[in-house]
Amino acid sequence: MDTYLDRLGVYAARLVPQKEYLVPGHRACQGCAEVLALRLVAKVLGRNNIIASATGCMEIVSSPLPLTSWDVPWIHVAFENTAAVASGIEAGLKALMRKGRLPKQKITVMGMAGDGGTSDIGVQALSGAMERGHNFVYVCFDNEAYMNTGIQRSSATPFGASTTTSPAGKVVPGQTTWKKNMPEICAAHNIPYVATACPSYPFDLMEKVKKAADIEGPAYIHILSVCPTGWRLAPELAIHAGRLAVETGVFPLYEVERGKYKLSVDLPELRPVEEYLKIQGRFRHLTPELIDKIQQRVQEEYTKLKKKVQMTNEG
Amino acid sequence: MATRIGMEVSIAAAEAVKQANVDIIAAYPITPQTHIVEHLSELVNNGELDAEFVPVESEHSAMSVCSGSSAVGARTFTCTSSQGLALMSEIVYAVSSLRLPMLMILANRSLNSPLSIWNDHSDVMSIRDCGWIQLFVDNGQEVYDHVFIGFRVAEDRNVLTPFIINLDGFVLTHVIEPIEMLDQKVVDRYLPPYQPLYRLHPDHPVSMGCFGPPVLFTEAKKAQDEAMNKTMPYIIQGWQEFGDLTGRYYHPVETHETEEAKIIVVTQGSLGETASIAIDTMREEDEPVGLVKIRLWRPFPFEEFEEAVKGAELLVVMDRAISYGGPGGPLAGEIRSALYHQERHPRVVNFIIGLGGRDVAPDDFAQMVQQAKARPGEWYEIYGVRE
Ligand SMILES: Cc1ncc(C[n+]2csc(CCOP(=O)(O)OP(=O)(O)O)c2C)c(N)n1
Ligand code: SF4
Repeated sequence: MDTYLDRLGVYAARLVPQKEYLVPGHRACQGCAEVLALRLVAKVLGRNNIIASATGCMEIVSSPLPLTSWDVPWIHVAFENTAAVASGIEAGLKALMRKGRLPKQKITVMGMAGDGGTSDIGVQALSGAMERGHNFVYVCFDNEAYMNTGIQRSSATPFGASTTTSPAGKVVPGQTTWKKNMPEICAAHNIPYVATACPSYPFDLMEKVKKAADIEGPAYIHILSVCPTGWRLAPELAIHAGRLAVETGVFPLYEVERGKYKLSVDLPELRPVEEYLKIQGRFRHLTPELIDKIQQRVQEEYTKLKKKVQMTNEG
Repeated sequence: MATRIGMEVSIAAAEAVKQANVDIIAAYPITPQTHIVEHLSELVNNGELDAEFVPVESEHSAMSVCSGSSAVGARTFTCTSSQGLALMSEIVYAVSSLRLPMLMILANRSLNSPLSIWNDHSDVMSIRDCGWIQLFVDNGQEVYDHVFIGFRVAEDRNVLTPFIINLDGFVLTHVIEPIEMLDQKVVDRYLPPYQPLYRLHPDHPVSMGCFGPPVLFTEAKKAQDEAMNKTMPYIIQGWQEFGDLTGRYYHPVETHETEEAKIIVVTQGSLGETASIAIDTMREEDEPVGLVKIRLWRPFPFEEFEEAVKGAELLVVMDRAISYGGPGGPLAGEIRSALYHQERHPRVVNFIIGLGGRDVAPDDFAQMVQQAKARPGEWYEIYGVRE
């Protein structure tokens, strides 16, 4: 089995496409890993790509009139309907090409939204689009809260995190629920490709995007996107935090290709979650008991995931 | 040649959508709109219409799919009623601001609660200011014709504005009427394929739906308002050319027996047909009454309306929706403000009638006219309430 490090050797920086489709000049915060992830995704999808974007940080930072950061066709309609807008783009192109009114050509359609736009308000439209089998790539940029409206909790906010609507109070210590497992929800739709990624592992991320674009049918990529502003983290630690999320097992990197699970980085041993939690202000208030509770849960989930890998690859 | 056949109005509407050679249909079932999309999906699945039928999971997504397909330059159709419109309304506003042409047939039905599947105009009045061209039709032939007219106007490069045809639920959608179908050659001549000015395509990347900071937002909205007002000549041209091809001419405001009329009844939608029967009877009894039907709702035909009611002393305005806590129904409010600049304008009396499928018979019009004559001043009343 190839490990991440083995695969790293295959790549050299000069093999990464130089051309940017999310061009410099956007207005994201310093150290924003979400915009970095978006930039990498756009690089891979390249010129023949149409993007439907949800409302959220990435829309706001990339499209203040009269400017635009986009060198590919891009549309924003609303917050919760990205997957439906992408469905319309895909179906429209299909009809026009079939009827000979547009030259036949491969155009990737991408839907993109934050964790709120995906796992909360947009989940219905996404589920509908995946069920109908549209040929598109959906990317969730998961910064674990509603950052665009000021760091409110979402269903992807991790247990214990302090946000402006799940503040660490004297009685309730931050978010009281566990992170909704969006990749699993998508995998349950039996779509051909589901993956998790993180820009701290750029080549892995890019390879997954490429795969998603090449696969016929819906593909879903869930990208952990560190947000220094919302996570109360120094900007220069964004990449480091993403690596710790993976190395502690908090955010495992894996793929589900036609039902088969595969770990992208198989860690024989996980680092303690405390290393990940302690560098972030949003977890500052956690007691050793709560950290233990999180540690246990992470271990359980990781074991479950490994079992799925085993089960789906047997025989 | 054109033939006249008996047909359910919903089926006639769907047949027109087929003849318009749409590329995309996205819709979610809601009574009384269902027969239209059911028939369309049959046409698609039988290979009689080459289009993508996208069976979405909600009206919100129906309108969202339509926004995406129109943005890539596909001829786009959808259909809804009542709660469905309410659910999609967020995106209804977005597509007109994005200047994405498409056609929506709205089979008018009341909004909850109490739950009612029957007809009134509370659904469309809830999106009065949504920036779509909106009109009302009286009968099946008018629905059929306006499918072509609607696409033609909406997709005109000088217009690029989505278009709503309002037809009354059940009383129109579910009745069988004689329909004169157009020869496909006539349709193709009148309605060429959609040629978008801008479309989402990698060859010429554009950004649509950007974020508008305060320095630009007002200007964008002013441009949208001006664009809406500028649609009027193209709508009239669309009607004119349609009339020249078919002999059926339409107007922003339509009149019946308005010459020398001192009293004018004002209606929207299929009520106009019932009202005209009542007007004829009243005329026989020497009552100086006429009828004005507001066909075009947005942009509002101020000039044409003023011309149509010139000389009248009393307007009896029929609304099929309530503006709760307001000065009367939405149509009456509009009419009062349309006449406000006149030094001497007719008295406006407003009846709210036909809510949630309540029948309105010719006799009711005679009664309302008598009541309006008998009582002085301007007022509104919910007509025929059982106390
Ligand atoms: C229907 C609707 N409700 C609420 C909002 C306000 N809103 C805009 S963006 C946003 C949060 C976006 O969060 P997320 O999807 O996680 O993306 P992020 O900004 O964190 O990247 C909210 C609540 C909206 N635009 N539309
Ligand atoms: S708030 Fe967070 S996600 Fe949004 S731009 Fe800033 S760093 Fe990026």
